[in-house]
Amino acid sequence: MENIDLLFSLVGSTIRLSAPLILAALAGLFCERAGIFNIGLEGMLLASAFAAACVAYATGSATLGLLSGVAAGILMNLIHGFASITHGGNQVISGVALNFFAAGVTAVLGNAWFAQGGNSPPLSGEARFDPITLPGAEALKDVPVLGPLYAQVLSGHNVLTYVAFLCVPLSAFVLYRTRFGQNLRAVGENPAAVDVVGLSVPALRYRALLVAGVIIGVAGAYLSIAQSASFVRDMSAGKGFIALAALIFAKWRPWPVLWACLLFGSLDALAAFLQGKPLPLVGEVPVQVFQAAPYVLTCLLLAGFIGHARAPRAGGLPYVKDR
Amino acid sequence: MSESPAIELRGISKSFGAVQANRDIDLTVTKGTIHGIVGENGAGKSTLMSILYGYYTADAGEIRVGGQPVRIATPADAIRAGIGMVHQHFMLVDDQSVIENVMLGSVDGLLTAASLRRTRAALDELGQTYGLKVDPDAIVETLPVGLQQRVAILRAMVRRADVLILDEPTGVLTPTEADDLFRVLGRLRDEGRTVILITHKLREIMAITDMVSVLRRGEMIATRRTADTSPAELAELMVGRRVQAPQRTARADTARGPVRLSVRDLALTLRGGARPVKDLTFDLRAGEILGIAGVAGNGQSELLELLAGTRRPTSGDIRMRDRPITALSAGERRKLGLAHIPEDRHHTGLVLPFALYENAVLGTHRDPSLGRGPFLSPRAMRDRAAGHVATYDIRPPDPALRSAGFSGGNQQKIVVAREIERGPDVILIGQPTRGVDIGAIEFIHRRMLEQRDAGKAILLVSVELDEVRALSDRILVMFDGRLSDPVPPETDERTLGLMMAGMTAP
Amino acid sequence: MNDRSLPSWATALLIPAINLALAFLASGIVVLIAGQDPLRAMQVMATGAFGSGEALGWTLYYATSFIFTGLAVAVAFHAGLFNIGGEGQAMLGGLGAALVALWLGDSLPWWAVLPVATLAAALFGMTWALPPAWAQARRGSHIVITTIMFNFIASTLLVYLLVNVLIVPGRMAPQSRRFGDGGQIPDLRGLFAALGLDSGASPVNVTLFLALLAAAAVWVLIWRTRLGYEIRAVGHAPAAAANAGIDPARIILIAMGVSGALAGAMALNPVLGEAGRLKLDFTLGAGFVGIAVALMGRCHPAGILPAALLFGALYQGGAALSFEMPGISRNMVAVIQALVILFTGALENMTRPLVQRLIAAPIRRA
Repeated sequence: MENIDLLFSLVGSTIRLSAPLILAALAGLFCERAGIFNIGLEGMLLASAFAAACVAYATGSATLGLLSGVAAGILMNLIHGFASITHGGNQVISGVALNFFAAGVTAVLGNAWFAQGGNSPPLSGEARFDPITLPGAEALKDVPVLGPLYAQVLSGHNVLTYVAFLCVPLSAFVLYRTRFGQNLRAVGENPAAVDVVGLSVPALRYRALLVAGVIIGVAGAYLSIAQSASFVRDMSAGKGFIALAALIFAKWRPWPVLWACLLFGSLDALAAFLQGKPLPLVGEVPVQVFQAAPYVLTCLLLAGFIGHARAPRAGGLPYVKDR
Repeated sequence: MSESPAIELRGISKSFGAVQANRDIDLTVTKGTIHGIVGENGAGKSTLMSILYGYYTADAGEIRVGGQPVRIATPADAIRAGIGMVHQHFMLVDDQSVIENVMLGSVDGLLTAASLRRTRAALDELGQTYGLKVDPDAIVETLPVGLQQRVAILRAMVRRADVLILDEPTGVLTPTEADDLFRVLGRLRDEGRTVILITHKLREIMAITDMVSVLRRGEMIATRRTADTSPAELAELMVGRRVQAPQRTARADTARGPVRLSVRDLALTLRGGARPVKDLTFDLRAGEILGIAGVAGNGQSELLELLAGTRRPTSGDIRMRDRPITALSAGERRKLGLAHIPEDRHHTGLVLPFALYENAVLGTHRDPSLGRGPFLSPRAMRDRAAGHVATYDIRPPDPALRSAGFSGGNQQKIVVAREIERGPDVILIGQPTRGVDIGAIEFIHRRMLEQRDAGKAILLVSVELDEVRALSDRILVMFDGRLSDPVPPETDERTLGLMMAGMTAP
Repeated sequence: MNDRSLPSWATALLIPAINLALAFLASGIVVLIAGQDPLRAMQVMATGAFGSGEALGWTLYYATSFIFTGLAVAVAFHAGLFNIGGEGQAMLGGLGAALVALWLGDSLPWWAVLPVATLAAALFGMTWALPPAWAQARRGSHIVITTIMFNFIASTLLVYLLVNVLIVPGRMAPQSRRFGDGGQIPDLRGLFAALGLDSGASPVNVTLFLALLAAAAVWVLIWRTRLGYEIRAVGHAPAAAANAGIDPARIILIAMGVSGALAGAMALNPVLGEAGRLKLDFTLGAGFVGIAVALMGRCHPAGILPAALLFGALYQGGAALSFEMPGISRNMVAVIQALVILFTGALENMTRPLVQRLIAAPIRRA
């Protein structure tokens, strides 16, 4: 039974570690499918986490914190849009700048306001999202196999975790079954086609960025007021880039994003789990192998060694009406 | 009992900077007709239709649809006015299905399910009524070109387009697909819709249009009932008379030298199935200018790329001085004595941000005389450029000026000087005088004749018929990816115009 | 990187100056939000960067690194490529230099070790840049993404090596042992003294001259060699270059190789010049600062040198700032840097038309 427990614990870890990745990757999905490269996910994640923690601390309300995180995400995305869409600027440079900006601003303001080395004060009670016990978890927990599965793995996460996983089918639905989603996919493949049928390319792209802003805001809030209980300097720790890698690895589709994020999340969980434990034959696997794995896999995919990844065709290119 | 015309354009004018693309154009298109618009490249047809579809706004003039004046500032306005357009490049979303493409922009409500059902029904109906059958669930990029075009047409029609504009629709179609298209257009007309067909192919005009208007150099020249005119008349109107009669320079001697470039069965097939170049065979000899006439878009650009080495053919052979070069790169061909003055000097001929002296050595920058070892001496480059500037009268004579700052004619002289002064054996020239002023035109023409007299083999590709006739010793007409038999340059304009439009001389 | 109707002085000086001003303005707003006085902050930063011999020394020390990374980004930009992998390439460069220093530092003097270490740093950096370059040239994989990935792979590799291989046995800190005397590049104390300045504890060292040499070498390469000509041609007009017989794939590989080598060489400054050992985080984000430096300097050494100096001043000024005004942390520098990148890079199309309108009128009148 110990092995099952271990397995469940690992799965639980994976779920917790994957949730922010899923959200960040989905945010990237909406941007990039609309034709806007977004390598600023890391910065947006950080900024949202900071905003969420600050407001949660100030108001004592996790919900308000969540909304602020969303607002921060939207703001960052609008700046990105202003540079890329309205001014046709280089989307890569804009993303890099936003990453830096977020890293700097959160540290400066965090230090100035809280004087704790860039962290925000710890949150408790209503100011953060606590784990939720699903109905019946206590009662069922002694049922063999399914009990612990329900009680430990499925139940006991905070609400944002569930939201993250729900966002996957939701995104798939929006992308493939709504007018907005269809237009979004079209504008990322061939903006001229959208233009010719009378729709506005910039308006569509801004709307996509808005949606992305909301989702990444939730992701940031997850980090600071759900998974943890405060904002810690640089707490995004590369998750934005792993999410980008997952997005590419998933070839820009919603359900594969889920699997890619679970894969990368599990690597993260395994790394922590296997620390100090030698495996048969190979001995102790350095944690760095797990840390580098998502990036190595993505590079292999991009270079065409494990299948082909075809990016949205209009990605990264400012739309210039070429007549 | 006359109905209002479907479309009326009055006094439409449009300039882009110094170029006047449309000058005071009047056009009346009757409802329930197929109205053709013909003209050479640069005549202004595409601009006019872009104004009608809302991509551009006219500088002056009025548009009336169904007798009512309308303001068309965006494609959405045009669509609302009942105008649909099918472009030369279809503008479809390749990785989506037919039905998604057809629905794009016309979905009602937040979810697509209802529109999908409705569009499926509409596609069914349109398929029955007009013979426009396509599999609604096929992914667009898997369809042959003819069917892709059909999707573009359906997309316009689903928005209740009363007026359908088609821009050079048969450029990418096989003859069979073209006939299918014409059948569909006929049905549209019979059902009361109006079709405007932009084309340079007279065969199509004669085959399916009811009315035809001729544009030349931005002006509306004439409108005729197709039944009352003939290809010959149309060709003459299209090509027009020039103010100066072309100067035909007599050759020093009529003997032609050995074959310098030979092409056998050269063909290019693209991924979608289109074949811009089909089985070309010809020889180019020393001491001659071989002119390739034809309206743009019939494979000339591809031919130049294949010969220059920047594109690989699907099949066929190219030899230079009897040495196979089909597998050689552009750089290797240049080393063997090939020079290329490209059609698009802004894109392929010059590096616009470079100064004149830097562009003067593009392609010859590895020449040992330009510097020691790996180094490139600006002084050596400037000296060479100065030589070009003097010999070719490039103005302003400032080698340090960025190439973007020179006029079209002078830019072209920079390219011509660079390529010719290398001393190549074979010179490929595409559209040498496009966007070039008269003085520079004459200069470039004189240089070309000098090179011919010096024994070079020159291939001239140009859409300017006068230019081809004035300079060539032999002319081949390119149409639809094929070359005609050689004709002498004295051949009259009318005959050549017909050949360029795909009709053989009577 | 190209202007159309503006005189070159405007593009080279006025627009970067305006962008810089906008960036400072926006930074000032951030300082206000942090509850501090922006003007005082600027004052503190200026004195902190230049106010004493030691301050100047630190400024120049940082600038040295930024010159290298700025040149690296610039060379790649000339070929039309965005090399964001400077961080990773610098890390590998540091590894290479450290290995040489560990190997030769005990037995040879610094002036014999330095050339070998430089070669190793450049080679290691170049090697790290080539896989993304190859993927771009031959597979069309976007170099921005692959270089970002490689940054992370490099950092995990470095951590692994420092913790498991190079660590001093028995110690906790993830760093190598101290290099022998030959592996420590002398500082410029003597030179400063000769100029009447006291460089204090600042680690500005001989690599500064290496950086200046590199700047000169890059200038020669890009504007005075056939290869540089080809690089610029491919960067501006790939179709024209191909038509002229230049192979774009080959140029991509070469340009990225040079870029990676320059980024790798940057590591000599902190690893051999300051720390005297290999440790984590020696790159100080220089790979990313290099992007700002290259953009501000319009990818020309004549612009990169002052831009690197500016950013060196910002770094040093930022450190002084966090001392004098504890309400603002060092990270303010990152904010300014980010805003400079934003205004100079992503928003350059915004300032250009304004400037065109401002100066076109007086020029027409003149």
